Amino acid sequence: MTRLPYVRPMQGWWRRNPYYVRYMLMETTSVIVGLYAGILLVGVWRLSQGQAAYEAWLAALRQPWAVALHGFMLLAMLYHAYTWWKVLPKTLPLIHVGGKPVPGLLLSAAGWTATLVISAAVYAAVRWWGL
Amino acid sequence: MKRSNAPIFWSLFGAGGVLSALLAPVLVYITGIGVPAGTGMPSDALAYPRVLAFAQNPGGKVILFAVIALFLWHAAHRIYHCLHDFGVHPGLPTKLLLYGSAFAGSVTAAVLLLKIGL
Amino acid sequence: MPDNEKIIEIEVLRYRPEQDAEPVLQTYQVPFTDDMSVLQGLQYIKDYLDGTVSFRWSCRMAICGSCGMMVNGKPELSCKTFLRDYYPGKLRVEALAHLPIERDLVVSVGDFVKKLESVKPYIIPKEARSLDDGEYLQTPAQLAQYEQFSSCINCLLCYAACPQYGMNPAFTGPAALALLHRYNADSRDGGKAERMELVHSEEGVWSCTLVGYCSEVCPKGVDPARAINMNKTSSAADYFLRFVMPKGVVK
Repeated sequence: MTRLPYVRPMQGWWRRNPYYVRYMLMETTSVIVGLYAGILLVGVWRLSQGQAAYEAWLAALRQPWAVALHGFMLLAMLYHAYTWWKVLPKTLPLIHVGGKPVPGLLLSAAGWTATLVISAAVYAAVRWWGL
Repeated sequence: MKRSNAPIFWSLFGAGGVLSALLAPVLVYITGIGVPAGTGMPSDALAYPRVLAFAQNPGGKVILFAVIALFLWHAAHRIYHCLHDFGVHPGLPTKLLLYGSAFAGSVTAAVLLLKIGL
Repeated sequence: MPDNEKIIEIEVLRYRPEQDAEPVLQTYQVPFTDDMSVLQGLQYIKDYLDGTVSFRWSCRMAICGSCGMMVNGKPELSCKTFLRDYYPGKLRVEALAHLPIERDLVVSVGDFVKKLESVKPYIIPKEARSLDDGEYLQTPAQLAQYEQFSSCINCLLCYAACPQYGMNPAFTGPAALALLHRYNADSRDGGKAERMELVHSEEGVWSCTLVGYCSEVCPKGVDPARAINMNKTSSAADYFLRFVMPKGVVK
């Protein structure tokens, strides 16, 4: 009896299933997280150089292409937040309340709520604090 | 069997993930759309005196540092694993480049925030 | 054949090592009724159309774990998947992904058996017991900590789902790690320390990137993604606290 096990190649594995495509989208949001951190870092750098330098950074952000980029980044960050809270419950130990397991969705909902509440608080602080 | 040092980077990734899940959407909106395009934010919300005061505040420094550093560590870790998922299988040089950049970025942020003073 | 009988086209990925250099698709026209499973479709092919098609099966009721295969690119138990849900489209049946094909729809499971052995999948008593000590007593709450992870039928759908295993077969993998956790979480067991060396390693939980597809495809609701990622949290906690609290954070 001939045995010659055939190993199939993994190239392009993630394109074969919509579930994997969504996973790759989730993972690549990290590029935007890094990019935005870089933008903020440049902002802090320009801030440290004085008013003229900082206002040049603000002026760059006002460019239409920069606003469009941030529109795209906002969508990416919303998808990141959505998927982050969706998967976070998988990292938690099994919790039972009154003999029943606490469903992961409940914990996800708590996360999404936290994002909303903190976003509202930050928005309010920037909009109205000290003005 | 060798114990993995992954927990260090995974924890930083996790912290950055939580912080970015909470803050990234609203911050991207404020700094990138709200203020520059004037939608829902007065154009002077990010004026120099205001932002400088925030960066001079010790609490403000902590927030700015945490956001920049943890976002960078989150990105470095996930991008490294993403390359592997895309079939690139990065080696030590790429690992050093990615995590090194996060480290360099974090140090730079700290130095700049200290330079801005109180 | 009755006039109102429907025909579904089933494409099977064939592989005969003695004659094929690589796998090749072969199409069969299979008459079916609405109650027929994909497994029954394959059995029709073998009985009436092509006796050379090879595939594993046994219980026909989703408990033995033998009949796992890729159905239109998704890992399924063929006895639990129905032809009516694919008609009038085409059905493509292939061997489970990420595992070497022995012949047609039969995959090599040797690596999985080794992985199972490596997790010590049995109660390691905390201390020596004799029959006079009587039975172990376990509360429903204690049972709840591991019960779902004991439902695994070793069907390998989760390995077919896991791209990390596909790219790196050294990874212990979803089912084996879920079973490892099943024993660690059992109040009767005292062998956690022995198993954690595997957990803490790169081949343990740290190869997982929480794709989560394993838990999606599991026919028994084991949720291996939960088992593995729960252990990432505890492995990380132990990593940082091991010199301060060597006996662990949680009892």
